[in-house]
Amino acid sequence: MSEHSHSEEHHVTSYTTYFIVWIVLMILTATTVYVSYLDFGTFNIVIAMVVASIKAAAVALFFMHLKFEDKITWLFAIFPLGLLALLMGMTILDTFTRITP
Amino acid sequence: MEQANTEHSHGLHMDPQVEYSSSKLGMWLFLGTEIMLFGGLFAAYAIFRAKYPEMFLEQHQELNREMGAINTCILIFSSLTMAIAVSAIQKGKRMLSSILILVTIVCGLGFGVVKYFEYGAKFAHHIYPDTSIFFSLYFMMTGLHMLHVFVGLLILGVLMVLTWKGKFNEKYSTPVELGGLYWHLVDLIWIYLFPLLYLVG
Repeated sequence: MSEHSHSEEHHVTSYTTYFIVWIVLMILTATTVYVSYLDFGTFNIVIAMVVASIKAAAVALFFMHLKFEDKITWLFAIFPLGLLALLMGMTILDTFTRITP
Repeated sequence: MEQANTEHSHGLHMDPQVEYSSSKLGMWLFLGTEIMLFGGLFAAYAIFRAKYPEMFLEQHQELNREMGAINTCILIFSSLTMAIAVSAIQKGKRMLSSILILVTIVCGLGFGVVKYFEYGAKFAHHIYPDTSIFFSLYFMMTGLHMLHVFVGLLILGVLMVLTWKGKFNEKYSTPVELGGLYWHLVDLIWIYLFPLLYLVG
């Protein structure tokens, strides 16, 4: 049992995969820096956050092996994001819906 | 089978598979608390940015975009070397793994050096954490991140020495993996800090 699951758990990612992910990350970094010199108004932050999230997903999925983890690890990884959304969402809602006397 | 697997459980009489899984889950739980730690600052950033968009737009011009971009590249490269270091030790290549951890450490130090010059330039222009809300957030967020880089460097230093001494192999490399996870999280947070502070202010 142990040996079977052991080899199953230890998914060793190939060096090539890491290099490809790294190249993608560098291209995305160049893109986000380039876009910052252009003026899209409010869309600048939207583009910057979308690019950052794609980069973050690439780091989490491949560098942090999340792609090869079981469901419980995914739950542990996703749960804080829900809490983060709650924290930010509620604070923002509170701050901008106050009626100043 | 029982005997073959107890060799790296350090006499804890625990199933190494369970030990491995729970260590990793514990690490992810800790990373969750780290996200929440920075989350409070991100919430503060969102609120003040929405309240004073002109201030953020004007003052983020003071930051050195090139240096920020260089640091982003350094940190992403260090993540790559750390990821390969983990794969290397899982294949039993101790020498390669410890050299790659060393490269990661050098990159982390390089990040610190660039940040040192950046802070120096800010102080030279009489910009301090109490200059404005934007710079309060800038110094707090990058400062807390820098603290995490230093802690990461200490962890990596220990891991490098232990890997060099041959404490880990293809059967047991959990600490290297967990150290790697921590280092990637530091990278992940910077991925958000860089555009928010340097690019779109």
